[in-house]
Amino acid sequence: MGQKKLLTGNHAIAEAVKIAKPDVIAAYPITPQTPIVEKLAEMTENGELDAEFVRVESEYAALSVILGAISAGARGFTATSSQGLLYMYEVCWWVAGSRLPMVMAIATRAIGAPWNIHGDHNDIIVLRDTGWIIGMVENAQEAFDMTLQAFKISEEVSLPFAVGLDGFQLTHTAEVVEIRDYELPKRKLLPHTIEPSSKFALNAVTSGIPKLKARHEQAKDLEKAKEIIKEVDKEFPVSYGGLVEEYKLEDADYIVVMMGGWCGDAKDAIDLLRKEGIQIGMLRLRFLRPFPTKEIEKLDGNILVVDRSNSDYRGVLGLEVSAIKNGIKNVITGFGGMELDTQDFVKIFKKFVNNEIKDVEWWYGSAER
Amino acid sequence: MVLLKGNASCQGCPHSIAFKALSYLENPIVLMPAGCSTVIAGLHPNSSLEIPCVHVPFPATPAVSYGLSTGLKKRGIKANVVAWMGDGSVDISYSLLTGSALRNDDIIVIVVDNEAYMNTGVQSSGTTFWKAKTTTSPKGKREERRDVALQMALHRVPYVATASIGYMRDFIKKVKKAGKVEGFRFIHVHCPCPPGWGFESSKTVEIARKAIQCRAWILWEYENKKFRISRISKKAKGDGLKDYLLSQARLRHLSDEDIEEIRRRIEEEWKLLEHLEKLYKEL
Repeated sequence: MGQKKLLTGNHAIAEAVKIAKPDVIAAYPITPQTPIVEKLAEMTENGELDAEFVRVESEYAALSVILGAISAGARGFTATSSQGLLYMYEVCWWVAGSRLPMVMAIATRAIGAPWNIHGDHNDIIVLRDTGWIIGMVENAQEAFDMTLQAFKISEEVSLPFAVGLDGFQLTHTAEVVEIRDYELPKRKLLPHTIEPSSKFALNAVTSGIPKLKARHEQAKDLEKAKEIIKEVDKEFPVSYGGLVEEYKLEDADYIVVMMGGWCGDAKDAIDLLRKEGIQIGMLRLRFLRPFPTKEIEKLDGNILVVDRSNSDYRGVLGLEVSAIKNGIKNVITGFGGMELDTQDFVKIFKKFVNNEIKDVEWWYGSAER
Repeated sequence: MVLLKGNASCQGCPHSIAFKALSYLENPIVLMPAGCSTVIAGLHPNSSLEIPCVHVPFPATPAVSYGLSTGLKKRGIKANVVAWMGDGSVDISYSLLTGSALRNDDIIVIVVDNEAYMNTGVQSSGTTFWKAKTTTSPKGKREERRDVALQMALHRVPYVATASIGYMRDFIKKVKKAGKVEGFRFIHVHCPCPPGWGFESSKTVEIARKAIQCRAWILWEYENKKFRISRISKKAKGDGLKDYLLSQARLRHLSDEDIEEIRRRIEEEWKLLEHLEKLYKEL
C-alpha cells in the first residue's frame, strides 16, 4: 500500500507527474487547470522534481515547446482547458502526426461564447480526430492512476495521451488518494529522435500515398493501444477494467453509457433503482479514443447515453454509440457547470426505464428553460 | 555544404545562398515552418539538407526549437538549434518569437527575409518594403514595415544582427559569432527574391548589394549591450536609391514623390541607428 494523501484532482495529477519525472514541463495558466502547473512549478523550484519548467506566453507555445522536447527524446508534460486547448489545437495534430509520446491533462471546461469557466466535455471532444489517446476519469484517484499509466501507454505506441478530468467537480474537490508504488521505465529512444547526428528530415512535405500511409499507421497504432491499455490496467495495483468500467451490467436490461466525474452520482442513482427492482447498470467509458467499439457491440439491453457535449442536435457520445448500436436514447445536459445530483439521475433513469424519454432529449432538470 | 545540389530552389534563390552560412555552426539542427525553405529542403523521404531538419507548423518554430534545445540539454547532448524562418516570423509567429526572446531561449533564430510571402505566391507581409506591389497589395503596400531585429535587441538578448546574402563574409562572421554565444541569438538576413521582386535571376547578389549601398537595408550588430553599425554599411554612402527601387518590377510604379518619401524614411532609419550607436556607447 502506498502513502495516502488528501488531494484535489489537480494535485493528484501533479503528484503522478512527479513520479513520472518528465524532463520538460511547459504550460500556460487557465482555469480550472492552473493548480496542476502551479504545483509542478513549486515542485521544480524546490528541487522535488528535476524538470525544466518553461513559462510560456500561450498554450500554443506550451505544446510547441513540448513538441520540441519530445522530438529530442525527452519526456514531456503539459496541461490545459477549454480555450487553451483550442489555441494549441494545431500543435495537437503535429504531436500526434509526429508519432511522439507525451501526456497532457485536460481539466474539462465549457468553450465560449458565451463565457463560461465551468465544467462540461465540449473541449476534450475536439481531440477526437487528431490521433491522441483520450481518457476520462471518474475521481481523483483515477486521475492519479491514469496519469501515471498514460506515460507508459503513450510511450508504448508513440502517441500522445490526454487525461481528462471534469473541471471543478474533480479538479477542485479533495479526496483521499493513494500514492501508488509504481515505477515507470525510462523513455526509450525512437528511431526518429532528433539529435545533431540524425541523418534525416522529420515531417518533410509528403504527397498522396505517404500521407495516407502515415495516417493509416497512426490509426492502426491507436487500435493497438486498446490491448496495451488493458495490459497496463491489469498489471497496475488496481484494475479499472481497461477501456470501460462495467457497473452492475451482468443482468442489466437497461444500460447507461456515460463518462467522467458525474458517473459517481449516476452509480448512486443506479443503486437506488436497483433497490426498487429495476435491472439497470452502467458502462462507464474510460476512453473516448481509442473508442471501446467491441465493449459497446457486446451490450444487450436498452441503451441510454448521457452526454456533456454536443455536435449538432445530438450528443457526441450519443453519436459515437449510435454508430455501433441502433435505437439508443440520448440525453444532453450538464453544460457550463450545471450540476446534476443523484436525484436528477434517478429522474432521468426512471423516465428512460418507463420509455418516456425522447430519442434525443436536452435535459434542464427542474430549472426553467 | 549544407544544401545539396539538385534541390528545388528557383534560379537565383537567395535562400540557397543563405543556407551556406549554416555550415559554419557546430552541431547544427535546423527547424523550419512552411515556406520556400520547406520546398527547397525536399519531399519526404528525401532531404536536400545535410543537417538534421525538423519541419514544424507556422507560428511554432521558436518554441519547438527551444523545446528541442532543452530536451537535448537534459539528455546531455550539445547542439546549435536554429529556427530558420521567413518573414512569417514577424507576423504569424510574432508572439512566440518575442516570448522566446523574453525567456532568452538558447536558440539561434535566422530570418531569411524575402519581404513577402513568396511560397504562397507573393503576398504582402510585415516586412514587405514600403509601397511594394504584391498580389495582396496590387496598388502598392500602404502599411509600415516591422523592424523586427531592433525589437529583438530591445529584449536585451545576447546577440542580434542584420545581414545580407549580398555580403556573405559579413553574414558568416555573424553566424559564427552567434554560434559561440549562449541564449537567444537573432540574425535578420535580407534576401532579394528574383520572381517575387521581379528582376533577372542572375542579379540576386547585385540587387542585395544595391540595397546596402542605398541603405534600404542597413547592417548592424547588437552584442554585449553594444550597438554597432557594421563596417559595410558605414562605408556605404546612401547612393543609388532610385536605381535600386526601379530595378525591381514590384517598385517600378513609384512616382518621384514616392521615391522622395522613401528616401526620407530611410534617412530617418539611418539617423535612428546612428543615435542608438552613440547612446549604447554612453550606457
